[in-house]
Amino acid sequence: MTPNLVYVLLVGVLFATGVTLLLERSLTRVLIGVILLGHGANVLILLGGRAGDAPIVGATPEEGMSDPLPQAMILTAIVITLGMTAFLLALAYRSRHLVGHDEVQDDVEDRRIMVLAERDEGPGTADTSDEHVRGSA
Amino acid sequence: MTWLVPLPVVMPLLGAALTLLLVRRPRAQRTVSLTVLTATLVVACALLWLATGEGALVVAVGGWGPLGIVLVADQLAALMCVVSAAVTLCVLVYSIGQGMADGDEETPLSVYHPTYLILTAGVMNAFLSGDLFNLYVGFEILLVASYVLLTLGSTAPRIRAGTTYVVVSLLSSLIFLTAIGLVYAATGTLNLAQLVGRLDALPDGLRLVLQAMLLLAFGIKAAVFPLSAWLPDSYPTAPAPVTAVFAGLLTKVGVYAIIRTETLLFPGGRVADLLMIVALLTMVVGILGAVAQADLKRLLSFTLISHIGYMLFGVGLSTGLGLSSAIFYVVHHIVVQTTLFLAAGLVERRGGSTALDRLGGLARVSPLLAVLFLVPALNLAGIPPFSGFLGKLGLLQAGVETGGPLAWTLVAGGVVTSLLTLYAIARVWNLAFWRTPHPSLPAPGPTRLMPRMMVGSTLALVVFGAGLTLVAGPLFDVSATAAEDLLQRTPYVSAVIP
Repeated sequence: MTPNLVYVLLVGVLFATGVTLLLERSLTRVLIGVILLGHGANVLILLGGRAGDAPIVGATPEEGMSDPLPQAMILTAIVITLGMTAFLLALAYRSRHLVGHDEVQDDVEDRRIMVLAERDEGPGTADTSDEHVRGSA
Repeated sequence: MTWLVPLPVVMPLLGAALTLLLVRRPRAQRTVSLTVLTATLVVACALLWLATGEGALVVAVGGWGPLGIVLVADQLAALMCVVSAAVTLCVLVYSIGQGMADGDEETPLSVYHPTYLILTAGVMNAFLSGDLFNLYVGFEILLVASYVLLTLGSTAPRIRAGTTYVVVSLLSSLIFLTAIGLVYAATGTLNLAQLVGRLDALPDGLRLVLQAMLLLAFGIKAAVFPLSAWLPDSYPTAPAPVTAVFAGLLTKVGVYAIIRTETLLFPGGRVADLLMIVALLTMVVGILGAVAQADLKRLLSFTLISHIGYMLFGVGLSTGLGLSSAIFYVVHHIVVQTTLFLAAGLVERRGGSTALDRLGGLARVSPLLAVLFLVPALNLAGIPPFSGFLGKLGLLQAGVETGGPLAWTLVAGGVVTSLLTLYAIARVWNLAFWRTPHPSLPAPGPTRLMPRMMVGSTLALVVFGAGLTLVAGPLFDVSATAAEDLLQRTPYVSAVIP
């Protein structure tokens, strides 16, 4: 079928807002970004199939049926997104519990370089083991 | 015998359900997990034997034909299943040993067993899948299980590492899902065999977009260079057996997906050169990262990234010898990288730390541990007669055969990477095992003895890795015919659509 312009715009807006939110530091916003991106992808899949009436043999003539395969795939994708949302929420909650906020923290390497930059030294002989980080986290 | 094909996926899933019911009975849980994974290994071996003898085995689940889920066990898929099943079984034994010795503090066994089995099912599903959407589902199954395993115990460092890992993996899954939507819109099917003809008919520009999106998604999962920063940041914080199984299997599933789609769906094309350049960067940048590390687990994570480059090198060459060496290298690397992380877990136990500047004199404390580390380490660096040498030799030969400035650059890059791997490994050996511990060194944490099960399973994998040399002839035969089938494309297509 020829794609409906409204849907195409919808996919574009969902992807754009999703990507913007994904670049945030707070895990809750990242989560909303992921959800929006997931919706965008789902609508995109829906666009790939033929539009029409409910694909039930006997109730609809075959040429008027919509394509059921994208719908089945979207259903699977929605279930997966639901599970992921629950997990990310738990992760954000646990993070708030442990460190007081749910912001994505700098990784070990970045922190190492930042510490060195503060001391005005080049990278090289730093000692950053897991225990060390665990102690400071 | 096609009824065997779904078993490697179904059995671990049923096992996971059963172990979840047996949460309060750890002994029964262990028995179920061990039985299920042993059975999976046996089935996978049978699949490989059948696929070698009679060609690919195909099952259309539910009788929907190419519309529904299709599972295909050709030689490549079956070979991957055999190696994965063997590795997961050994790591399970190791983790049971660790769990028993640690009193279950760090690895709560009640969730561990079901999640671990689901991870196995996801890996097997991804290998056996015959359509893009089922491949996506396989990826999701193994990723969701890996999120749980990575954040086990939910301590602060694991939550921090897990956040990065989950968000990056989600992004790659979304790119994959979008690519699936576009492929379906363009061709009206997701079955790999059906896609072969229909994708060829598409305009070049559109094919390139689809190929690039799939490569991007798989590249993140396989930790290919510009997309690899998440890996050394997240893997080392997990418990040792979890890191080991992730390092061995998860990135290789991404590599497998790249091999499958590049050969079957998008043969030839302009992207092969790009793959070669990316392979070179992955090898060199990865190993330079490893050389700079001061922690054993992080160092091993960087060697993992670096050696993904070798496999891409073989795929990028897209000649028979290149592909067959890449497949051989995947097998070798799954075993060796897992073994090294298991050995690193033992080092952490025996030496009290994995920070290289706190360790010392381990070769005197435990000669057995020294052997368990040194053999796979030399194997990874590619010292003859180990399988790492044979795999690299095959790749370099394939590169020389192809010729041209790009292939020669990659050959040179491959040799340099191999030497730098040896340097990184030698550094670990000198610092952690050979030097006498200096009193001025910061004291490592408490040391513990190594339980027999942990040593036994690591030893089994060390022997397996070294034994690959003995079966290298038959293994190269299998990988060569698998590569030939991949390049011809018709054996796969005619097996699925008779």
